[in-house]
Amino acid sequence: MNSVRRIARCFTGTPEILTWRKVVTLQQWFSPSCRCRSSDSQKSSSSSSPGQQCCVAVVGSGPAGFYTAQQLLKGDHNLIVDIYEKLPVPFGLVRFGVAPDHPEVKNVIHTFTNTAKNERCNFFGNVEVGRDVSLKDLRDAYSAVILCYGASANRTLGIPGEDLPNVISARSFVGWYNGVPQDKELQVNLDCESAVVLGHGNVALDVARILLTPVSILEKTDISEHALKALHRSQVSKVHVVGRRGPLQVAFTIKELREMIKLPGTQTVIRREDVEGLDKVIDDLPRPRRRLTELLYKTAVAPSSTDTRLWEQATKEWRLVFLRSPVQILHDNNGSVSGVEFAVNKLQGKPSQFQKAVTTDLRETIKCGLVLSSIGYRSVPLDSSLPFDSKNGIIDNENSRVRNEQGLYCAGWVGKGPVGVILGTMTDAFETGKLVLHDLHSGHLKIPERMKRDQLINQIKDKAVTFTDWQRIDCAEMAAGEKLGKPREKITDIQTLLNVARRS
Amino acid sequence: MAAIRLAFTPLLPSLVRQVSRSPILSQMSWSKLLVCSSLMRENRFCSSVPKPQHQKVKVIFLLSDGRRQEVNAKVGDNLLDVITENDIDIDGFGACEGTLACSTCHLIFKQEDYDKIPDKPTDEELDMLDLAYGLTDTSRLGCQVIVTKDMDGLEISVPKGVADARSPQS
Repeated sequence: MNSVRRIARCFTGTPEILTWRKVVTLQQWFSPSCRCRSSDSQKSSSSSSPGQQCCVAVVGSGPAGFYTAQQLLKGDHNLIVDIYEKLPVPFGLVRFGVAPDHPEVKNVIHTFTNTAKNERCNFFGNVEVGRDVSLKDLRDAYSAVILCYGASANRTLGIPGEDLPNVISARSFVGWYNGVPQDKELQVNLDCESAVVLGHGNVALDVARILLTPVSILEKTDISEHALKALHRSQVSKVHVVGRRGPLQVAFTIKELREMIKLPGTQTVIRREDVEGLDKVIDDLPRPRRRLTELLYKTAVAPSSTDTRLWEQATKEWRLVFLRSPVQILHDNNGSVSGVEFAVNKLQGKPSQFQKAVTTDLRETIKCGLVLSSIGYRSVPLDSSLPFDSKNGIIDNENSRVRNEQGLYCAGWVGKGPVGVILGTMTDAFETGKLVLHDLHSGHLKIPERMKRDQLINQIKDKAVTFTDWQRIDCAEMAAGEKLGKPREKITDIQTLLNVARRS
Repeated sequence: MAAIRLAFTPLLPSLVRQVSRSPILSQMSWSKLLVCSSLMRENRFCSSVPKPQHQKVKVIFLLSDGRRQEVNAKVGDNLLDVITENDIDIDGFGACEGTLACSTCHLIFKQEDYDKIPDKPTDEELDMLDLAYGLTDTSRLGCQVIVTKDMDGLEISVPKGVADARSPQS
């Protein structure tokens, strides 16, 4: 199957490079002959001449960026959309966030690739807004700027011991096994039996699953080779996934939970007392929460015979631990993590998704040699002039319009907060795209002289990685993966990425 | 299609190569081919008896913007295939390409039609449906519903995304 994909991709890739090389030279871009060669089926509307073409900029090339671009290109057949990306490679969290054992989710890349190949869409990788170009430059040159740069920081615990070695943010850990350039050197010591994952979201389950999945499965994915080697030597056999609140408040989704319960060689442990009484409230819950709670309850109280048979052969286990807030991370005389001290919480209010946790005087320690903190992401302001809601870690916006800033929009996590699956981001991006088009078509946005945008691109063209350049990286990575029996081996060094991109 | 799936699975890479050169089939998107091959891998839609080719039924999609699209659906195809093959334009539909990793091909049936669908939803399908906007008791994922000859005249609603409620007023 993987070989089919590889063949398919190479076939789509090669003719592109040969026949449709998008060169960052303005004359070529706008020459009619270049357009005729484009494989894209969308036609520019004949009503306006190229002189009237509006240009918009999208900052970030993850799902929010690409889905926004898709909507913009579809809704106005005369609009030019330039996508700016800090890294030399596109696709954001689809490449760097989605777990390597979830390749199906990455199928969205096919749609993104179609968008990028639209003759009115330009990808500028390796261009950081705020460093290589300023937000002001963009706003001066484009009718609209849509910020889609996600949530690049993580919430911190704010407890003693957080800075110890082997206390790692799940974000960095995910980056480490997914080949994020800045995380490739992360020091991860898996020479311990027990690990604690703090948080009850999908990222927490992702990192727990990667720690426990047999290497024989992981080695067939696009997991980075350095992480695979470390996981091969891993001694971790017990993972505690710990949350502040109870089973009715977990943030992970049922698919991820079911995957954990069915994980080969790993037993699921959910304490019966933690789910007691849930059977009485299950029927009143909305369906998604009801099914999730039912699965938690059944797994704790009456697991299926298939599950128990599977667990009999298990050599590892994961425990879902509720009602615990970390107070401090403990260490031994050598400064190595030895455990996490937790405050025991209780829930206030009637059983519901919205109950609050209150800390009691009780304390409890879980021994471990590795702590992965997965308590949420936050965005950072790209520019000091950007209205920013520091409390929630998002751009201050009203329905995707950045507050009091005409022509400036945001989509995806940077505006809505780092929650939800791709579907939520997709919907938000489509709506933001429609909103921008509405504002543009109703004359609410300025139309800067085209020259300004062209000059800006001239400034960055030597540095920028185009989509054609990316396709060269793509082919190189797939070829490297093939040698290892993987669908892809990501290049994790920025300079190497740039070298491969520029190889003609 | 089923016959092709059964007969050519081992020869798939060469099939893919040939298809890439075929002017007729080249219009079929690569993602489409990949979906077919992933379905083949999982053997989900292969029956032991090859279905007669070209048997088609009429299926009507009621889109969220009020459009009503009547299409010919091949018996044996799933409803995601039907929507893709008939170029019905629905934003974001089938994002994961039929691999049960999203809920973007969410469709809503009338109760009596829902009850007649031969393949009942698996836990995995229900898990993904749980993330769909506007979930109903008669919701299914299009990629998991196979067209049968009894479906002639079937009317299926394509639900709105939740954020559609946000109108672009300034």
